[in-house]
Amino acid sequence: MRLTCTVNGKTEVIDDIWPGESLLYVLRERMGLPGAKNACEQGECGSCSVHIDGVLVCACLVAAGQVEGAQIQTVEGLAGATELHPVQQAYLDAGAVQCGFCTPGLIVATVDLLDKNSDPTDNEIREALAGNLCRCTGYAKILDAVRLAAARLEKTGKA
Amino acid sequence: MSNSTLPTKQRDHISTPVSAGLGESVARPDGTLKVTGDFAFSSDLWAEGMLWASTLRSPHPHARIKSINIAPALKINGVSAVLTHDDVPGAKLYGLEIIDQPVLAFDTIRFHGEAIAIVAADHPETAKRAAQAIIVEYEILEPVIDPDFAISGKAPVIHTGGNITRHVPILFGPQDLTADVVVKGEYEVGMQDQAPLGPESGLAIPAEDGGIDLYLSTQWLHVDRGQLATVLGLPPEKVRLTLAGVGGAFGAREDLSMQAHVSLLAMRTGKPVKIVYSREESFFGHVHRHPGKLRYEHGVTKEGKLVYVKATIVLDGGAYASSSPAVCANAACFAVGPYEVESATINSYVAYTNNPPCGAMRGFGAVQTAFAYESQMDKIAEVLGMDPIDLRLKNAMSRNSLMPTGQPIDSAAPVAEILEKLRAMPLPPLTSTTEGFDIIELPGGASNATHGEGVRRGIGYALGVKNVGFSEGFDDYSTAKVSLQIINGEPVVEVHTAAAEVGQGLVTLKGQIARTELGVQRVVVHVSDTQVGSAGSTSASRQSYVTGGAVMTACKAVRDEILLFAMEKLGHLHPHLLHFRATYLLVDGEIRDGNGTLVSSLADLVQDRIFECTREYRHRPTTPIDPITGQGLPHTQFAFAGHRAVVDVDIETGLVKVIEMATVQDVGKALNPQAIEGQIEGGTAQGLGLAILEEIQVVNGKVKNPSFTDYLIPTVLDMPPVRSIILEYADEHAPYGLRGVGEAPTISSTPAIVSAIRAATGLALTRVPVRPEHITSTM
Repeated sequence: MRLTCTVNGKTEVIDDIWPGESLLYVLRERMGLPGAKNACEQGECGSCSVHIDGVLVCACLVAAGQVEGAQIQTVEGLAGATELHPVQQAYLDAGAVQCGFCTPGLIVATVDLLDKNSDPTDNEIREALAGNLCRCTGYAKILDAVRLAAARLEKTGKA
Repeated sequence: MSNSTLPTKQRDHISTPVSAGLGESVARPDGTLKVTGDFAFSSDLWAEGMLWASTLRSPHPHARIKSINIAPALKINGVSAVLTHDDVPGAKLYGLEIIDQPVLAFDTIRFHGEAIAIVAADHPETAKRAAQAIIVEYEILEPVIDPDFAISGKAPVIHTGGNITRHVPILFGPQDLTADVVVKGEYEVGMQDQAPLGPESGLAIPAEDGGIDLYLSTQWLHVDRGQLATVLGLPPEKVRLTLAGVGGAFGAREDLSMQAHVSLLAMRTGKPVKIVYSREESFFGHVHRHPGKLRYEHGVTKEGKLVYVKATIVLDGGAYASSSPAVCANAACFAVGPYEVESATINSYVAYTNNPPCGAMRGFGAVQTAFAYESQMDKIAEVLGMDPIDLRLKNAMSRNSLMPTGQPIDSAAPVAEILEKLRAMPLPPLTSTTEGFDIIELPGGASNATHGEGVRRGIGYALGVKNVGFSEGFDDYSTAKVSLQIINGEPVVEVHTAAAEVGQGLVTLKGQIARTELGVQRVVVHVSDTQVGSAGSTSASRQSYVTGGAVMTACKAVRDEILLFAMEKLGHLHPHLLHFRATYLLVDGEIRDGNGTLVSSLADLVQDRIFECTREYRHRPTTPIDPITGQGLPHTQFAFAGHRAVVDVDIETGLVKVIEMATVQDVGKALNPQAIEGQIEGGTAQGLGLAILEEIQVVNGKVKNPSFTDYLIPTVLDMPPVRSIILEYADEHAPYGLRGVGEAPTISSTPAIVSAIRAATGLALTRVPVRPEHITSTM
């Protein structure tokens, strides 16, 4: 099977895909984009979160064939050439990264949240990130990171 | 020629003290790669022409293997190799403490999920289908599932030598005491999983010298290497391991899981082989926290002073030993908790059964006992009509108290202060009185289970204690290689150890130590591998202490060599040295005299030389415990923490919402405060999981919930804010006074939450995790 789609602004044509492969597998193993992670592969942990045509999804639950012609954005597409995305920087500054396995998915989910709601309450943050499991941090510093990113984006007017 | 005439350089600048040293909340050096998605975890690796591995596992907990037919798997297009126990070139068994676990099962299956055969193929799906195509004929046997029965002498024997993997007795003080009040209780702890998010994974590349290069996740590279060399029939130097990115560990990566399998397939096919467990396979592929039954009897005076503690602990070790013997000893040593007692009679057993193997998980035996002894303390307080905090204060350990092993605590033990500080922290308001409260703050959250009717608040306290470092006379050491050279006119320090960074932040701390010790800003921390001596395990809260100690020692050795060289090069008769009768000093990356005056920059002195030192560091030796009395000096350091939990319980649905966790922990010295907070908050969350969410359901030896759909770890909705206070009572025996941080916060979190649920409901609650039906069925 051939798949044509746009990933992080770049058109990708991938041949010889077995139709049973997930978008997650294609990103990780065929496109060299391992940022989306494979912690549960059943949509419970959110570590494979990506955007398909602007919609936040778990890449593990999407069959590769479903993204034909779609625009996909992964964690690899967030940082600028010289600067991290403010959400990425906030995760670093807040100490929200330990093992880092959940981090890409959480960052993608946080970007999604702040795009929709530039000044979320703690409860809104919790609800938005409830689909992203983290085993290391206990989430306190993840909440700090989201608050910090929201404040910085507000300041720079990017939100 | 004497260099004594070398002119002292004018201080034309004020040197800047190094930043990002010890005591600062330094950012992780791997952080940027982790937020951009570029950090290479062991599941992210790729090599030209690599194959994918898959495992066939037993669907039965106990069976005899009558035959294995691999022919159907070999016929599948794309399959390169199918291996069974017949293909293991070296030892067919391995193990951390007891060599009892087959690399691939032969003759007998002892647990559900035991590995039988492995496949390498050109696609992971092909490998998986090929593994399923293997035909195994079983003679199904009745599994031994009850640890009490397993050790009763009446059960079938699971391993020659019997079903008692270890029995640790402790007889402390007079054994014939009586007391005014006797309080008995039986407690049960379910099987918890470490559930690190990163699956077991790695890449094995066969080398031209007949050896193998491995890039994988583990907690201890050298102990993996030793076991692999034996299994693969290779000399250890031909088994080279490099730590890939590790997605958490918490004990799950102490034993071999995929390491031998992926190596065997790479050696057989001559190609790189990658293996990545699915979440389901991860649940079968690593050991879990021991479930346990704990029977306690406390004798106390009317005034609430503990007289004696009697405890019988039976831990279910499952089918293979893993680290069960050490967990069994830890349960015994920490059976009383951080309390002084005149007499203790402890019998701790760990049993072989046909349940999943259990081994290391954060807290390591001290978690199970803390639930039991803290439940007992609450029960005693209730019987005596005492405040549970006052009861604990009355019995709290302090410096010089004796552990039940007879070992005195020879550094700070601020147990009473932990309690007082917990008690003094402000309490959160009742949710229903908070203006504009959101339904997700109530038990059941957005599922709209309640609007506040039937919701009761409870507050509970608990304490915990555990050792730091390996115990019972183990030669516990780490190795560090540190070098200093000048690159582009700037001093650069390189730090190389074999210590496993699993997320805890040791990689940050190694750099902090080097900056502080050598005053050099630029530090390169090498990837951990077996090209340097063993660092010991990333376990037992020990790496900051032991590998930190090794880096400190190696840095000091580099500094001493540089200063010796300065003496040679700059001369002993430097006027400033004569005057102050002192040696040179290395301060902020500069050579100074005893007056602090600049003598030479490091760059000018060192030029093109490389100073390199490798040093080992050992903590103070410990001793085995007496096999009859359990007396000895088995531990080198103790960590103390306490928690206060505030919960809301909906007594109609049995749903629990933890509102806030407060915690106080002594860390000796906070070398990276932000990282310590992260450990405390994360450890607290895992304790919350055990209290109300997490249990591997094993029914008749079969695991029923090997997925994140059915095994629930806390989400951000489950985890409340954590209020923490960090105490810093330096341990005079430890590097920089530090005290291992990682495990203590997991230990007291669970019993504090259960205590709070008891306070809300009035129920006894003798089992964790507490499930809704435990609350509703008895209300």
